[in-house]
Amino acid sequence: MRVVAAMSGGVDSAVAAARMIDAGHDVVGVHLALSQSAATLRESARGCCTIEDAGDARRVADVLGIPFYVWDMAARFKQDVVDDFRAEYAAGRTPNPCLRCNEKIKFAALLDKALALGFDAVATGHYARVVEAPRGDGGVRRELHRAVDDAKDQSYVLGVLDAEQLARSFFPLGDTTKPDIRREAAERGFYVANKPDSHDICFIADGDTRGWLTRELGAAPGDIVDTDGEVLGQHEGAFAYTVGQRRGLALGRPAADGQPRYVVEVRPETNQVVVGTADLLGVNAITGDHARWCGPAPEGVVQVGAQVRAHGEEYAATAWAEGDRVEVRLESRVRGVAPGQSVVLYDGTRVVGSATIAAARLERAPVA
Amino acid sequence: MLPAALSAMTEQLMVVGNPSSLHRTGRAARRVVEESRERIARCLGARPSEVVFTSGGTESDNLAVKGTFRARRDVDPARVRLLVGATEHHAVLDSVEHLVAHEGAKVTWLEPTAEGFVEPATLRAAIAADPDSVALVSLMWANNEVGTVQDVRGLAEVAHEFGVPFHTDAVQAAGHVPVDFAASGADLMSVTAHKLGGPIGVGALVVRREARLVPLTHGGGQERQVRSGTLDTPAIVGFATALVEATETMESEAARLVALRDELIERAMGVAPDIRPTGAWERGDATRRLPGNAHLLVPGCDGDSLLYLLDAAGVSCSTGSACQAGVPQPSHVLLAMGIPESDARGALRLTLGHTSTHDDVDAVIAALPAAVERARRAREATAS
Repeated sequence: MRVVAAMSGGVDSAVAAARMIDAGHDVVGVHLALSQSAATLRESARGCCTIEDAGDARRVADVLGIPFYVWDMAARFKQDVVDDFRAEYAAGRTPNPCLRCNEKIKFAALLDKALALGFDAVATGHYARVVEAPRGDGGVRRELHRAVDDAKDQSYVLGVLDAEQLARSFFPLGDTTKPDIRREAAERGFYVANKPDSHDICFIADGDTRGWLTRELGAAPGDIVDTDGEVLGQHEGAFAYTVGQRRGLALGRPAADGQPRYVVEVRPETNQVVVGTADLLGVNAITGDHARWCGPAPEGVVQVGAQVRAHGEEYAATAWAEGDRVEVRLESRVRGVAPGQSVVLYDGTRVVGSATIAAARLERAPVA
Repeated sequence: MLPAALSAMTEQLMVVGNPSSLHRTGRAARRVVEESRERIARCLGARPSEVVFTSGGTESDNLAVKGTFRARRDVDPARVRLLVGATEHHAVLDSVEHLVAHEGAKVTWLEPTAEGFVEPATLRAAIAADPDSVALVSLMWANNEVGTVQDVRGLAEVAHEFGVPFHTDAVQAAGHVPVDFAASGADLMSVTAHKLGGPIGVGALVVRREARLVPLTHGGGQERQVRSGTLDTPAIVGFATALVEATETMESEAARLVALRDELIERAMGVAPDIRPTGAWERGDATRRLPGNAHLLVPGCDGDSLLYLLDAAGVSCSTGSACQAGVPQPSHVLLAMGIPESDARGALRLTLGHTSTHDDVDAVIAALPAAVERARRAREATAS
């Protein structure tokens, strides 16, 4: 197959590209230029922010002896990921930009361009597995599964891929642990073998999301209130708060009961941050929208495992789909379920699909 | 590299000798350098003493622009204005921008016509606006992207009417079209070996004897006290050998390349109705466009998609330039010529040289229709 290996300049995508070559594919390396700063990208030929990463990716491609290109997806990335990220926070939600990027950029814009140019698929360095399962009609279905390395598993951020995207995707690292990937990179002579992992949001280089949001959205002072509406303190912008957050509340006086207080709700319409005790955070019912199914949509009520944040725990639950919406009922109370994050549903290690959390609440009555 | 240049260079690499030394091997090397200098001077219509060896075109351009600016400003602090073509190579553009940012220079960009020519009237008006402030005029002989060959003589005459020195970057012209330094009237001229079949890493700045330059590098002062550094005898003899051969074969080679170029452009235009050549193109002409330059615009495509698709089909070409991270940039040359950015992104630069044949043209034309069709779909797929 003719495959585009998306190469970030890191160790994972380097080994992924190498493994695709070993598997006999015709591989071309592509680095995505995603910098939103049009000025540094275009005005003069100087000063892109990804110079070092692009250089690292190019160096690996040279070692592998494959062609290498930089594709400028900055405009699409800004529109589909950065603007969405800002708007979600402004609306009081906590988005995960990596899911959006996978859905709209890596396995959409990048994949579509690759297909148009005559490629068959895209390979990335995500830790996840694609398993080919037999289908009733004798064909095979490509299923998305968790990686064998629990600590690195990235199937959560891939839960937005539909069957068509999965049919064109390769994740060659899913059967290996991270330390083994680093060892393999060193054996292959990649000098990025010891390059540190990237953790932060790629377009917020200093890792200060709150500072970035304040610059982008402007300071918007407002009240921090308790569940009865009593004003307990002030904030500089409700967008900087996430349900479940405890740090950074700067409340003048302790709660009457001496219990720590957490953000339990963000109300953008009144610019209020609502705080309360930990027990108010426990929810067992989630309504999600923007449903995405990695295979056939589930029919009726199904038993699933639900994961509500990246690298979070998986909880036993039941779920059912209603068009674009998904209802999830957790068997236990779960804290810190933030609107805007995604709930990804699993059947064993298989990813069933995902939805963006629209609302989470506590339902006292058992679900029928 | 031309085989004759390669063998002259290899032979010299096996001989020890620093041309600055006085001992026997030094004298032998010196002789090779000076004979090379004389051959180069003869090919370029210059005196041997006017040839200052450098590491290549970039250094020559830097030395000409910065060296002249500093020398002129030192004599008269009011002479800080640089008149420079908007389609110059980055070695000139970025030298100018450095002087503007750090040394108080001012710049007047000379806007070209749609074909890439700077008209003498444009230059005259720019100088006449404030003649006493001008330090230097710099206009390239032939453009590296679109192949437009300027009327250097006419432009240098205008500069001299006002007593202003004139630099021309002739990196793309030397060895390909007739270049006569003395007849052109230029005061400074940059050339490089690897663009005419010689080795990478050597070039020259041809400097009229009256021209004053402040050196960029300081040390042994080997080259007329304006350029220091031990001379690379093997590279210099390779340079001279290549230039002599390029000059001897120029007429026949240019005729051959013009025929190939015209065929390539005409057949490419037949692939899709909106494919068109940039710059000044006229069938059979090599006085206004470089013989081997076939630069095309393919609207609706991204140059890097075309590059990939043609490369996969065995055709090597280039697009514009890329930033340091490798992001394709619309060419400043095309933008200066008034080509819209979206069209400029579909630039395809096909260069024909001494190894190019009719079969190469056939290969490009065979690969082009599918490449254009796929590249257009790829752009549609990523349109925001």
